[in-house]
Amino acid sequence: MAGRIYLFKRFERFWHWSQAALVITMLVTGFEIHGTYSLFGFGQAVSVHTLAAWLLVGLWIFAIFWHFTTGEWRQYIPSFDQIGAVILHYSYGIFLGRPHPYKVVPERKHNPLQRLAYLWLKLMINPLIWASGIAYLFYANWRDLAPAWLGLEQVAIAHTLGAFLMLIFFIAHVYLTTTGHTPLAHIKAMITGWEEEH
Amino acid sequence: MMDSLIRIGGRLARHAGGACLLAATLNAAAQPAGAPDTPPARAEAKRSTADHGKFTQLQKPFKTGEEVTEACLSCHTEAARQVMATKHWTWDFKQVQTGQRLGKKNVLNPFCIGTRSNEAFCTTCHVGYGWKDDSFDFKAERNVDCLVCHDTTGKYKKIPGLAGHPAYHRMEFPAKSGKFIEPVDLNAVASHVGKTRRENCGACHYEGGGGDGVKHGDLDSSLSQPDRALDVHMDKHGLNFSCATCHQSDGHQIAGSRYAPTAADPHAAIMRGEHGDRNPATCQACHGDKPHKPSFAKLNDHTRSLACQSCHIPAFARGGVPTKLSWNYATAGRLDAAGKPIKTLDAHGHVIYDSRKGDFVLGENVVPEYRWFDGTVTYTLQSDRIDPSRTVSINTFHGKPGAPDARIWPVKVFHGNQPYDKVHRTLLLPHTAIPDDTAYWYNFDWDKALRAGAEASGKPFSGQYGFVQTEMTWPITHMVAPKEKALNCVECHSRQGRLQAITGVYLPGRDRLEWLDTAGYSLAGLAFLGVLGHGTLRIVTRRKRKEH
Repeated sequence: MAGRIYLFKRFERFWHWSQAALVITMLVTGFEIHGTYSLFGFGQAVSVHTLAAWLLVGLWIFAIFWHFTTGEWRQYIPSFDQIGAVILHYSYGIFLGRPHPYKVVPERKHNPLQRLAYLWLKLMINPLIWASGIAYLFYANWRDLAPAWLGLEQVAIAHTLGAFLMLIFFIAHVYLTTTGHTPLAHIKAMITGWEEEH
Repeated sequence: MMDSLIRIGGRLARHAGGACLLAATLNAAAQPAGAPDTPPARAEAKRSTADHGKFTQLQKPFKTGEEVTEACLSCHTEAARQVMATKHWTWDFKQVQTGQRLGKKNVLNPFCIGTRSNEAFCTTCHVGYGWKDDSFDFKAERNVDCLVCHDTTGKYKKIPGLAGHPAYHRMEFPAKSGKFIEPVDLNAVASHVGKTRRENCGACHYEGGGGDGVKHGDLDSSLSQPDRALDVHMDKHGLNFSCATCHQSDGHQIAGSRYAPTAADPHAAIMRGEHGDRNPATCQACHGDKPHKPSFAKLNDHTRSLACQSCHIPAFARGGVPTKLSWNYATAGRLDAAGKPIKTLDAHGHVIYDSRKGDFVLGENVVPEYRWFDGTVTYTLQSDRIDPSRTVSINTFHGKPGAPDARIWPVKVFHGNQPYDKVHRTLLLPHTAIPDDTAYWYNFDWDKALRAGAEASGKPFSGQYGFVQTEMTWPITHMVAPKEKALNCVECHSRQGRLQAITGVYLPGRDRLEWLDTAGYSLAGLAFLGVLGHGTLRIVTRRKRKEH
């Protein structure tokens, strides 16, 4: 008998989707600034990218506050319990139509692979993008204090590295949303907050 | 998106500014001196405390320019001595930084090459009377020409060949042309003197290199009555600046020098009364070095690397007057069947071949080249040894890429091909412009012309000459476009942009770390293929399960 559990609270969903929109915006404009293609024009791309960056900074401040006040940050503590079973599922079991070995409960809503992936995102990719992005924005203010080896080029390279990591995360993340019991099950859960149980 | 918001803000601000302007216009209308249809020059004349038409010193017939000068000096007692201390008078300038002796008397260029032996012609643009050879008295105050800069009638013209004099008698000019010049009415000109106008400066500075717009590319007669699109500051319907508005003079010393330019001026605007040795002719002298409204485009951060001119002068020779881009003396001297010199015109009626000078390439709306420039320029002078196997730089703009004292400047690079001495390996100065037995323009004999030029300038000539490729760099700083016509970001922030060849800066949109890009795109591609494969396999296995 299928029941359902309330997995994603209202702020969490708002945070997720607005962050998604901002990250997509920044990937699109960022790679234009990088010279990969031309779409809005360099100047417009820079303006939109920078505006989106500041909105995301604001959003992240709220999100960090939310994680700590609700204790939700614990969701990202790495756990290797069942990790072998989860890896086996995605590389084998999923093709046989076997059910996911990980049982989701609101206190542990991410499987061990998700925990590691999101921790990697939050502790590596995001800080790299933040730090290099802010250094990029305020380059004029610190360039005279910087050692000779550190200039706009190094900042831009770090930012580009972050952008590629984010792009790869984005591709994998979007695909994995389709691996629920139906292709749209996870997305539905992220919209309504309710995950159908099987 | 944000840019449009900022634009709307700007529009509102302009409306507010417009209201002020309207108020100012109404105020002006209330005063008889500033009737709306009064040309600015007249209005200014009426504001002056002196009407030169009423000075008895000037109410007499003058036979020569020198006589007018004496009358001027009877009141303006220090003026001649002030002028005599300037490059406009000495044509001689010791560049302290580089130790080189510059000035029109000393430098060579790839246009008419040099002034020595050609003085009577070249000194049409000297602020004096009578410099036709070394016997000229640089100490005689009456030799200073006040009128060429202070005439407001536009009727005072110095005639080439007369060593700086205007026509005092009716004369045929050019010689044997059948065209005649009427004598100048010195009395009328003298009673209408005033502040310098664009046309006064332009009479020489537009005409450098032997004709309108030839030399600079950003200075030509279109700037006498420019519209806003051509020059936002000199716009005849708008700010209507004269040259001296920026090139402020102090005791006839005029600010802003090509021999000692200010390449970087990282300071706020100069306050009234502020003491210091800053050049008042820079953009920053009025606008400061953070002139842009705050925006996400970080425009103010650009002032650390770029001269204002690089973005705000998108092209030069924009006023309909072409500038010369190259000049090839090696083809000069071709005559017609009757042995007469010829001229060839292009479709617009501009000379592109002249027997006296060779072939020209002209250009309009020319996109500048860009150079790092810290204000130091060195010249190849007549005594310097050259390497004729390479293009000789008549002048070299110095500046270390990315250095704090250097900026990326727009420049016109002019290409020449001019005579040099094959034995001494020096550039040669031909005698050209004076109708005599040796001048090239009248005899078409390089040997005679080069010998006479070398003799006059005290330099050796071996008798063996050839032509060497040269180039000369000219800073582009006039013809500032309105801000909406400033360069779009992508003109430089792209792979094939205007700053393609500029080093010393990381330029987003142009620069990248190749291996990181390759790795990044490859891994993202692999990730995409990976999920695609995984997904396909899921669909396929699912179908198979259903079939069973």
